[in-house]
Amino acid sequence: MNSAATQTGGSEMVSQPDELAPVKEMVRACIQCGTCTGSCPNAFAMDYTPRHLWRMVLMGLKEEIFSSRTFTLCSDCYYCTLRCPRGLPLTEAMEALKQIAAARHPSPDRYSTQFYKTFLQSVRRHGRVNEMEFMALYFARLKNPLFALRFAPLGMKLMRKGKVSLRVPLKGRHPLESIFRNVEALEDRS
Amino acid sequence: MIYQYYPGCSLEGTALEYNLATRAVMEAAGAQLHEIKDWTCCGASAAEATSLLLSLALPARNLALAEQADDVRDILVPCSACYLNLKKVEEKTHSDSGLREQLNGLLEQDGLQLAGTSRVRHLLDVMANDIGAEKIHSLVKQPLTGLTVAPYYGCQCLRPYAIFDDPEAPRSMEPLIAAAGATVYDWDMGGRCCGASHMNTHPEVGQALVGAILAAAAGADAIATVCPMCQMNLEAYQNQISRQQGRDLHLTIVYLPQLIGLAMQLPLPAVGLNLNLAVDGVFRSRQAI
Repeated sequence: MNSAATQTGGSEMVSQPDELAPVKEMVRACIQCGTCTGSCPNAFAMDYTPRHLWRMVLMGLKEEIFSSRTFTLCSDCYYCTLRCPRGLPLTEAMEALKQIAAARHPSPDRYSTQFYKTFLQSVRRHGRVNEMEFMALYFARLKNPLFALRFAPLGMKLMRKGKVSLRVPLKGRHPLESIFRNVEALEDRS
Repeated sequence: MIYQYYPGCSLEGTALEYNLATRAVMEAAGAQLHEIKDWTCCGASAAEATSLLLSLALPARNLALAEQADDVRDILVPCSACYLNLKKVEEKTHSDSGLREQLNGLLEQDGLQLAGTSRVRHLLDVMANDIGAEKIHSLVKQPLTGLTVAPYYGCQCLRPYAIFDDPEAPRSMEPLIAAAGATVYDWDMGGRCCGASHMNTHPEVGQALVGAILAAAAGADAIATVCPMCQMNLEAYQNQISRQQGRDLHLTIVYLPQLIGLAMQLPLPAVGLNLNLAVDGVFRSRQAI
């Protein structure tokens, strides 16, 4: 039985299904061996290690999970998935947490949130990502000029080499609009 | 050899030279590339961090476009992130027909249909197994003798799907580097993570990961890559990371087909070394004019 139901009573369970349920299902067989943590290149920067996070998922500690930066630091290297002795889809579980956070839990990590959001906006607009537009918008939205400034020399270099431009790919067409709209409708968060 | 070709967004922008060198080397090896008409973004890492369904629908659209275009089954993909996104849909729809139906529901409005007949292939897989080191060796005009090159695979062409190499101890690039006449640098960092988009979202983390890779390659003349994200992370921040770590971590970073193209003495615009961000004089001097 999920913890939300235990705390709030059965009537709440129907209207508020446990959003962690699919992630719990993925890591249910976790034996807390720590192979994931030992294999994770980003564990050194996480507030909770991956092994710790799986336990928190099984315990339903939503608030702690979604205010942590652990899952936002997963870079999809798939070492944990490859090595997990239980064969659990751990990278997918990290991604599932990112998805739940994107839909319902404003992450304290606004850099990742804005990065993905801006990327998809550019893709939705043009069908392909326009790297120049995407990065310019991303840096603008961070409202942290000093951070953006660190990337200015690289941006100039890429412009000089003609590798980024303001040219819009697949101009005037929105080939992905119906996919984006249909997915939103299915996931009920347009 | 005919392949459908999915270059991906980076190869039209920051990884222009990867596109040029891939096309040139494949042509020199006698392969034909048919670019998938009106291909769109695979979703990169952004779609999966946002919506599972979107992250599967975006690659599915491209697989459906490829099926519609012609009956060439193999899709050649040089970018490891695109490769994994497309491969994931290939694998998942094979084992889950319900998912394929769901994705087809999303593609229907655009008149597209995914039957699941395509096979997604990474450029490294194709170079190592379809073309092969022997063929490449026969096309080498100017062996890169005396240069030591560290093979860097990154993550997503190796894991989670172990299709063409050992995901723990990859070796597939070694015969290709040797075929170009260069010496393979012996290291164990080839499959390590470069941090992907951390460089833009958590720079301190990205810099630590890239710094460790560059430091481990210190005895090599160059690192060869097979992914635009890895390439950019390894080449673009060497000044910052060197400053930060108090040691000189500058190193030439080239795409594998650029290395091969150089040895084949393909013309300068085809190899595109002038577009790289970190190439030293030793490498430049090997470039045909």
